[in-house]
Amino acid sequence: MQFDLILIRYGEMAIKGKNRNYFERKLQNHLIKKLEPFKGTRVKKSRDRMYVVLNGEDPHAVMKECQEVFGIHSLSFAVKVEKEETEIKKASLYAFQDAHNAKTFKVSSKRADKSFSIRSQDLNHKVGGYVLANTDGVTVNVHEPDVELKIEVRNDAAYITAQDYPGAGGLPVGTTGKSLLLLSGGIDSPVSGYLTMKRGVQLEAIHFHSPPYTSDRSKQKVLDLASELAKYGQTINVHIVPFTALQQKIHQEIPEGYGMTVMRRMMMRVSEQIARKREILSLTTGESLGQVASQTMESMNAINDVTNYPVIRPLVAMDKLDIIEISRKIKTYPISKLPYEDCCTIFVPKAPKTKPTRENANYYESNVDFEKELTEAIEQTEMVEVRARQKTTGEFDDLL
Amino acid sequence: MIYFDNSATTKPFEEVMTAYQKAATQFFANPSSLHYLGSDAERLLMRTRQAVAEQLRIETEEVIFTSGGTESNNLAIKGIAFQHQTRGKHLITSSVEHPSVLEVFKELEQNGFEVSYASVDHSGKVDPEEIKSLIRKDTILISIMSVNNELGTIQPLEEIGDIAGMYPKVLFHADHVQGIGKVPLSLKKAKVDLCSISGHKIHGLKGTGILYVRKGVLLSPLFHGGGHEANRRSGTENLPGMVAFAKALRMIKEKEKKQLNELIHLRHHLINQLNVMEQVIVNSPLSGAPHIINVSVPGIKPEVMIHALAKKNIFVSAKSACSSKQPDVSSVLKACNLKESVTKSAIRISLSYSNTIEEADLFLKEFNSAIRYLEKGR
Repeated sequence: MQFDLILIRYGEMAIKGKNRNYFERKLQNHLIKKLEPFKGTRVKKSRDRMYVVLNGEDPHAVMKECQEVFGIHSLSFAVKVEKEETEIKKASLYAFQDAHNAKTFKVSSKRADKSFSIRSQDLNHKVGGYVLANTDGVTVNVHEPDVELKIEVRNDAAYITAQDYPGAGGLPVGTTGKSLLLLSGGIDSPVSGYLTMKRGVQLEAIHFHSPPYTSDRSKQKVLDLASELAKYGQTINVHIVPFTALQQKIHQEIPEGYGMTVMRRMMMRVSEQIARKREILSLTTGESLGQVASQTMESMNAINDVTNYPVIRPLVAMDKLDIIEISRKIKTYPISKLPYEDCCTIFVPKAPKTKPTRENANYYESNVDFEKELTEAIEQTEMVEVRARQKTTGEFDDLL
Repeated sequence: MIYFDNSATTKPFEEVMTAYQKAATQFFANPSSLHYLGSDAERLLMRTRQAVAEQLRIETEEVIFTSGGTESNNLAIKGIAFQHQTRGKHLITSSVEHPSVLEVFKELEQNGFEVSYASVDHSGKVDPEEIKSLIRKDTILISIMSVNNELGTIQPLEEIGDIAGMYPKVLFHADHVQGIGKVPLSLKKAKVDLCSISGHKIHGLKGTGILYVRKGVLLSPLFHGGGHEANRRSGTENLPGMVAFAKALRMIKEKEKKQLNELIHLRHHLINQLNVMEQVIVNSPLSGAPHIINVSVPGIKPEVMIHALAKKNIFVSAKSACSSKQPDVSSVLKACNLKESVTKSAIRISLSYSNTIEEADLFLKEFNSAIRYLEKGR
């Protein structure tokens, strides 16, 4: 016996009105794309939910993939069997045993096909008895069961589902527009990207690279982070900005205490230009209030001064520990922790201003002509298409 | 040539050799080096770890690459014993474990640890209830193999795992060296905390293997140095060996998926035919691992039988290769309470997915005539 289907229940999008179809289509497309490596699977839409037909593919592997798709509230495996008592019993036991730690259960039968001779109540009893007889230490609890065994007798067959698996929640990626994520190699920005994607946003990313001060490894690290994020949506375009010349000039020309502030302002300027070019309407950053010198209220004010694009800051009010927890969950943490220099850790002033002002920043910048370096950085920006990890790492597949 | 000694070691797959050679020549740089040759090697290392983790359905940080089964077993047992000795100094294992487990426990006994050895029934199986009865307040580790290397007996790891799971301070190590690729083991379901796997038993290379260490389990390292493998096994990574291991693991898992029934059939065929021979006693349980058959021909020394068959280009073992040079009787069979005539004359036939029914039939024929010939000298 094995699972035949995965049932998918929608999250928030179930309450959408006329454009629900649009959300559903997006979700279906994501699922189809995500399940590409599982050749046998088919993703079907029914009235108020979706399901994946497994056709013999590994149920748990497919489940794991589906759990990374936004827009899904919960999922369950389903077994499809003949409408026959013994078959239904066996399938119910099988489905129940998938929930390893379940100690209590209840059975809820529904009979859409009224020609099926056993009434729902009786079926509940029979199946419940069978499960009890074939398990150890398991009891029935109709009020708060660990697992609800649901049996639906339909016209074509009987369907049995047991444990609910949590979905990723949120809205299908791409349903709420595009944003440009400022992606460093740190812990925060990938988490910020993840949370933005969860709200249905399709991401592109921008990274500032300063060779030879920062190495190819730190660039690869950022691509790896993007690849982890790409699991939740589609390909992520990463714009790699050559930042050395600008950083050197800032270092030489701007008073040390304002170096960091001006550098951040340059990043915002470049990001806005790239966003404009790519028809992206907002920027996303991993800023969290009070974490470092660039994230004080004064710094944010001085840095935000150079752009009037909306800046999405999902982490602004989150604690570091909560951010780390998410980064572990989405597997970006171990990559973020790799110890390579990035553009924010070089040319660091000994004492960066924690309370810079717009006026001073504007004044210092007005004495220097950054035009040439800015234009060159934008022109020489390279775009890398990053796919989800399993797919990008094809480079060593012949070896492994 | 008929090679029926696959539990001693296996012939490496061609693909494994190719992968090894390519990795050794193209990615020779030290993964810790800062230049891009180093970072290429590091990327390959990360990908290799990921490939292994995917095959075993575990997390990447749960994989420690080692030099093979013996090191993995040593690291698991000593690592846990030394790390957690303040919790208690009592350990549990069985009397039929591989020497790389038993000898480690003997060594620990010299160092103030106390070890309980669970007994086995005549088929070599441990009783989970006995394990449960051996657990004390100061027990910190249970170590049981998944498949016995001499008999092929499959141990009830899921039941033992359930028991160990009831004691939060008791960790559970499984020596899965003989089982991997032939006897399915779900590490999660069996609640295994540590698991040893070797490369050369699955058509990989000698000197390769892993220890699975469940996330959150701490162990003290055997090797100190540059802090490789997250400080748990220092020493410059044997990257080509790791690549070869990942390749072998992938291939054996594919074969397990496709050919397991053929292998089971082959073993049943052999056992049926061996049962017909009146001089032969089959020691392995019918429900054992699909690749190991232990038989005895009372009165004939295993060494003599092995040489007689080798003359015909047929290769089998006496006991396990790791202990076959010691002249005494098989300690595993002895622990099963079998007669001395049986324990002194045991031969192990161990199969791989590439063995055929034709080979089995030819073996049976030659085995039979060897018995007839050697009986005269009895």
